[in-house]
Amino acid sequence: MSDIETAGRVCAMVQAAYERHTPLEIIGGGSRRHFGREPLGEPLVLAPHRGIVAYEPSEYVITVRAGTPIVDVEAAVAAHGQVLAAELPRASGESTIGGAVALGLTGPSRPYAGSLRDAVLGVRIVTGTGQLLRFGGQVLKNVAGFDVSRLMVGAYGTLGVVMEVSLRLHPRPEEGAVRVLACDWAGARARLLDWAGRLPLTGACYARGLLYLRLAGRAATVGQAVREIGGEAGSADTFSAVRDLRLEALGVPATALWRLLVPPAAPLDPPASVADWGGAQRFWATEESAGAVHAQAARLGGQAMRLSGPDRHEDVWATPVPATMALYGRVKAVLDPRGILNRGRLSAMW
Amino acid sequence: MSSSNLARWRNGVQYTRMEQPRGPSPLPAAFWRELRAALPADGLLRKPGDLGAYECDGLTVYKARPLAVALPRTRAQTGAVLHVCNRYAVPVVARGAGTSLSGGALPRTDGIVLSLARLNRILTIDPENRTARLEPGVRNIAVSEAAAAHGLFYAPDPSSQIACTIGGNVAENAGGVHCLKYGLTVHNVLSVRMFTSDGVLHELGGPTAEGPLDLLALVIGSEGLLGVVVEITVQLKPRPQAVVALLAAFRSLEQAAGAVSAVIAAGIVPAGLELMDHLAIQAAGAYTGQHYPPGTEAVVLAEVDGDDQTCAMEHAHLRAILDRQGAFAIDEARSEEERRRLWAGRKSAFPAVGRLAPDYYCMDGTIPRRALVEVLAGIAALSGQYGLPVANVFHAGDGNLHPLILYDARRPGELARVEQLGGDILKLCLAHGGTISGEHGVGVEKLDGMCAQFTPAELVAFHALKAAFDPYELLNRGKAIPTPARCVEPGGMHVHGGHMPFGHLERY
Repeated sequence: MSDIETAGRVCAMVQAAYERHTPLEIIGGGSRRHFGREPLGEPLVLAPHRGIVAYEPSEYVITVRAGTPIVDVEAAVAAHGQVLAAELPRASGESTIGGAVALGLTGPSRPYAGSLRDAVLGVRIVTGTGQLLRFGGQVLKNVAGFDVSRLMVGAYGTLGVVMEVSLRLHPRPEEGAVRVLACDWAGARARLLDWAGRLPLTGACYARGLLYLRLAGRAATVGQAVREIGGEAGSADTFSAVRDLRLEALGVPATALWRLLVPPAAPLDPPASVADWGGAQRFWATEESAGAVHAQAARLGGQAMRLSGPDRHEDVWATPVPATMALYGRVKAVLDPRGILNRGRLSAMW
Repeated sequence: MSSSNLARWRNGVQYTRMEQPRGPSPLPAAFWRELRAALPADGLLRKPGDLGAYECDGLTVYKARPLAVALPRTRAQTGAVLHVCNRYAVPVVARGAGTSLSGGALPRTDGIVLSLARLNRILTIDPENRTARLEPGVRNIAVSEAAAAHGLFYAPDPSSQIACTIGGNVAENAGGVHCLKYGLTVHNVLSVRMFTSDGVLHELGGPTAEGPLDLLALVIGSEGLLGVVVEITVQLKPRPQAVVALLAAFRSLEQAAGAVSAVIAAGIVPAGLELMDHLAIQAAGAYTGQHYPPGTEAVVLAEVDGDDQTCAMEHAHLRAILDRQGAFAIDEARSEEERRRLWAGRKSAFPAVGRLAPDYYCMDGTIPRRALVEVLAGIAALSGQYGLPVANVFHAGDGNLHPLILYDARRPGELARVEQLGGDILKLCLAHGGTISGEHGVGVEKLDGMCAQFTPAELVAFHALKAAFDPYELLNRGKAIPTPARCVEPGGMHVHGGHMPFGHLERY
């Protein structure tokens, strides 16, 4: 099916749902359907809408259809010695780029290479009224019009059916290494303050008394950094596991998983949480109430986001003050006035 | 999609969209009383002599005298001003240092200017978390100066950085010379506190710049249409250990542009990668006394930074590519002072070009880097066709062009030709998959270009988003997003020229 035909089909489906006021559940690879609030509505499956639309390696930009598996995009750019600028979590080989955009998560490289939102240059979306619109583009700098592309990232599909995404790419580093050091949290933070920006770090996680460091760059630079850091050689798998939210090996069960987003120097509290992003992202598996988790995040100076867990009634994020919640509602109403798209997935309000 | 769908929502209160009367109309005495009460004793300017300085921003051909200028000193006063203006439906144009090149801070004759210049405190510098919490009137360069004691800096460095404010940077999503490596404002802001036009305060973003919906990204670069930002938390970065700048001279513009594409394709991410053509070099040479080797048709300025070892290797790699691409002379600089010498011509290029002709028009289109050679050739051909000289001096690494069209506004008909040429250049950028504005913003200047870049449905969506934040269109009304109706009207690009405002500022 051509892009125009697919877009026409998706637009027609959304228009029909709009007319009937019935919700649609947007599904990519279907590998993260247990994230967020309970899905509602008829399935709108994007997985068949896959493949590369445009890729000019010299430009370090790729445009792909939303249903393209993340691993396929990685393989395509790897053939030209390139990687996605943002490291994307995946649950399986079926996890799609569109799903990654909806969730808005970025792997351990976030503090060093930017987030997925930073790497999104443009999108084509179908709005909740069934219109195909294009925002952003394929160039690095673009200030014409509001930045609707980045608004799609992390919106859980509630603002538009993402059809196509343009992403920034980076050169693949020459060499990589993982080191593991035993230290307490204060010691880990002190080392990170010294090393971040000076050594070629691409990941820094802390769990159960161990600081895991990932390095990538020129072979000589990485070699020198390894000598300076010391510790023991670790496995790159640790970082893939953290990226993909498979945290069991680090002592965090997959049930009732939260992210706490905090100033990186905040205390490691609770001590059982795993620190990623040099401390700015903490994974915490807990049966505590949503209110208790949000309160804990606030104590640390940040906010919490629920990833998965048995209780699917609570909103993904803490409810902001009413005036700001109303502002979110109005933005949602612009792009999806009847709440057709992934209704209730992010918030019970819409 | 129509704005009426969302018009039902305004803090849960139903309202209908109202049309504002055009032009100044007498405002009730109560408005002025309340506005004065909201501000400190010296915080309201109404005398014509006091208003003159606020009539325009860096785009001086557009001028309008506002009814008044409000100068709050605190966040609470800012909110109170907005509250009063909302109650009386008075349009507001927020203003930082007024260095916009696209008319972003151009006042309205039927409204007031809200100057945030006095909210200029650096609230905290947090070296542990590498953040700074700032009021909007803090000057861009002041952030890096304050952070320097901790070995940190704030990366976005627009050319007007000694004057422009962080609040203005947020409004325009300001870039600069180093954004190829370090990103634009949107990549370096973690959170903001912002008033919507009704005087309600919102907190957007957080320690990792995330939230339920990424309204932070929407607000950054919204050109003051969505809200008035009163506090900004930015990410600071460690200063690189080593920096090397190279200036490579080429015998043709094509070679220089090809070298830029080759550097990008080789996977090097320089901190800066700039290009100047023959006309720009001549002007800069005459202005600064900087000497370029005889026979130089174009120069590429590149800067790499990082740890000592990476910097040395990137530098060697870069130099090899420039050699291979035909650079016939390469000058290098390592110390701060030497680098300033190499950059002098580039940083003074705008005022230098300003001496070549009575007027010039600076464009801001951005294209994929691989199209540089072709688009520059296209611009040269158009320049010949129109008989109007065009100087090129720009952020080549980002593909962000700044063609400067030289003209004399006093010659009859010349403005119209400049207008047409500008429109043709932007169409050329769009035809190569580019955009009409890479960093200067749309403002009042590129409204017609927006019609070429977006469909009517997309423009309607922008207006609806505007209405979600500002239902009565009080903030910077008429800027950044053209009405779909305007787009069907005939007429080319708007053109500016005249004398370089803030002539003492470096411009790149």
